[in-house]
Amino acid sequence: MAPARGFFGRLARNPVGMLGLALASLVVLAAVLGPLLTPVSPLAQSVLARFQGPSWRHLLGTDNFGRDTLARILYGYRVSVAVSFGAVALSAALGSLVGLVAAYWGGWVDRLLMRVMDVLLAFPIILLAIAVLAVLGPGGVNTALAIGIVYTPIFARLARGPALTVLSWDYVSAARAVGASGARIVVRHVLPNIFAPILVQTTLSLSTAILVEASLSFLGLGTQPPTPSLGLMLSQSRDYMLISPWVSIFSGLAILLASLGFNLFGDGMRDLLDPTLRGRDV
Amino acid sequence: MIAYVVRRLLDLLVVLLGVSILVFLMVRFIPGDAVEIMLGANTDITPDRVAALRHGLGLDLPIHVQYWHWLTGVLHGNLGTSIWTGRPVSEEILARLPATLEITLLALLLALALSFPLGVLAARARGSVGDVVVRLLTIVGLTLPTFWVGVLMLLVFSLYLPGWPAIGYVPFTQSPLGNLARMALPTVAVSLPIVAGLTRILRSSLLEVLGSDYVRTARSKGLNERLVLYKHALRNAMIPMITVIGVQLGYLLSGVVVIEQVFAIPGVGRLIIGAINQRNYPLIQGVVLVVTAVFVVVNLLVDLAYAWIDPRVEYS
Repeated sequence: MAPARGFFGRLARNPVGMLGLALASLVVLAAVLGPLLTPVSPLAQSVLARFQGPSWRHLLGTDNFGRDTLARILYGYRVSVAVSFGAVALSAALGSLVGLVAAYWGGWVDRLLMRVMDVLLAFPIILLAIAVLAVLGPGGVNTALAIGIVYTPIFARLARGPALTVLSWDYVSAARAVGASGARIVVRHVLPNIFAPILVQTTLSLSTAILVEASLSFLGLGTQPPTPSLGLMLSQSRDYMLISPWVSIFSGLAILLASLGFNLFGDGMRDLLDPTLRGRDV
Repeated sequence: MIAYVVRRLLDLLVVLLGVSILVFLMVRFIPGDAVEIMLGANTDITPDRVAALRHGLGLDLPIHVQYWHWLTGVLHGNLGTSIWTGRPVSEEILARLPATLEITLLALLLALALSFPLGVLAARARGSVGDVVVRLLTIVGLTLPTFWVGVLMLLVFSLYLPGWPAIGYVPFTQSPLGNLARMALPTVAVSLPIVAGLTRILRSSLLEVLGSDYVRTARSKGLNERLVLYKHALRNAMIPMITVIGVQLGYLLSGVVVIEQVFAIPGVGRLIIGAINQRNYPLIQGVVLVVTAVFVVVNLLVDLAYAWIDPRVEYS
């Protein structure tokens, strides 16, 4: 793996990847620092301030309860980021574990685990997430669990392939011959070799997880009111679309920018970490 | 090829069996007593009704027997009874499936129709302004929240074209024009990420093919560029596009499920969301099972078509 300076040095020469990194960092910063960036509570209602267009007082206007759109977007990012990071962390950890166990044990363990992953992959993404939420009930944590389950097979397949290759290499056989334990072989030799593709997939999955989270909360299955979430904001704004269109416009734009940021960053990272793709222009 | 088809069909059966087991177990995963939760929103619960529903759902039998009864029922087209309407689940789904499938199919056709010229344009004029614009659009298109696009379209149409029948659904057989007018906006909205995805793949595979030896040979023997492009390069460049159509269909279906809420289209998406709000589990199970089965079968057909078109596919 390339040293860190080399990685960021090369990333700096990839303008699209840099733009992605900047956007993604802004979204994460907004999520973490949200309350410090806006003095207004996202829940503060004001009859006098209803349906106000963008102004210096309310940069992105107000909604039908007079709530500040910018404050609600900043708080909405907390939900987006928390749910999608939680979901992707869960699926990356669980999926890698499944893939590594399948590759290491082989035989019926491998066949059974990968069959289960095939079955999970057979469902259209949103339908499986909806089914999981139908069982667990709506809510932010359950949304993270649902997306985490949906994404697990992607990481399982991603980890298994390279793990099988590495396990067949001579130096791994040598490690086995000198009595290294299975866990040690996987942690010391296999993990470092599958780290790069998993890191890239993690970033790209964050991009789509943000969209799936927004879709689910748009459908009313995600975080429940009054907690602001971007999908729900967009959904509720539709009733007042002709009076205060800025709420619909900015809440959707906020979703797009977050997803776009992680997608561009993931793409830039893939170009840097995958030597076979280096020099490719897509 | 025949052995390959048979093996893929067996794979399909195993996956469908797994899907059916998961869908069956759904209700058993619900924390608490599923029957009481299902009746929860209802006021007149008597112990008799609870017992009757429990028995009606077969929940008083051992689990493998329950599964067997349920599976044989499903294979005979019996997906159970919708708790609230009392109608067969299969009937409710069949009534809603056409709208969903129509948007999905129209969006796929639209995506194919748009991504060909865009991909060819970008690859031919590599590095030009057109190429850069197409590439930027595909990047943004891939992460576009389609339900937001739908909301914006509704906004624009209600401001500038208030006469347009933007929401609701009319069957094609009843009014072809009315149907297509209402399908237009949701179709365009859900197709955009697919246009982006297919354009991107066509562009990069076309660039790869255009750099290959056989294209250089075709050029060096004096063929004109159009012939090289359309007769030689495009055919091979299309193959990676076909392989991803199955995956794209999954995204597309997901988009349609959500867009139905925006345009008030009575498809399976609205059906399942309504069913969740009513805790109507037989209906939820039915929708998940039927839509997934359709998706899996279509995916297999795409794979087989791909193997049939591209003789280089290994059947191992």
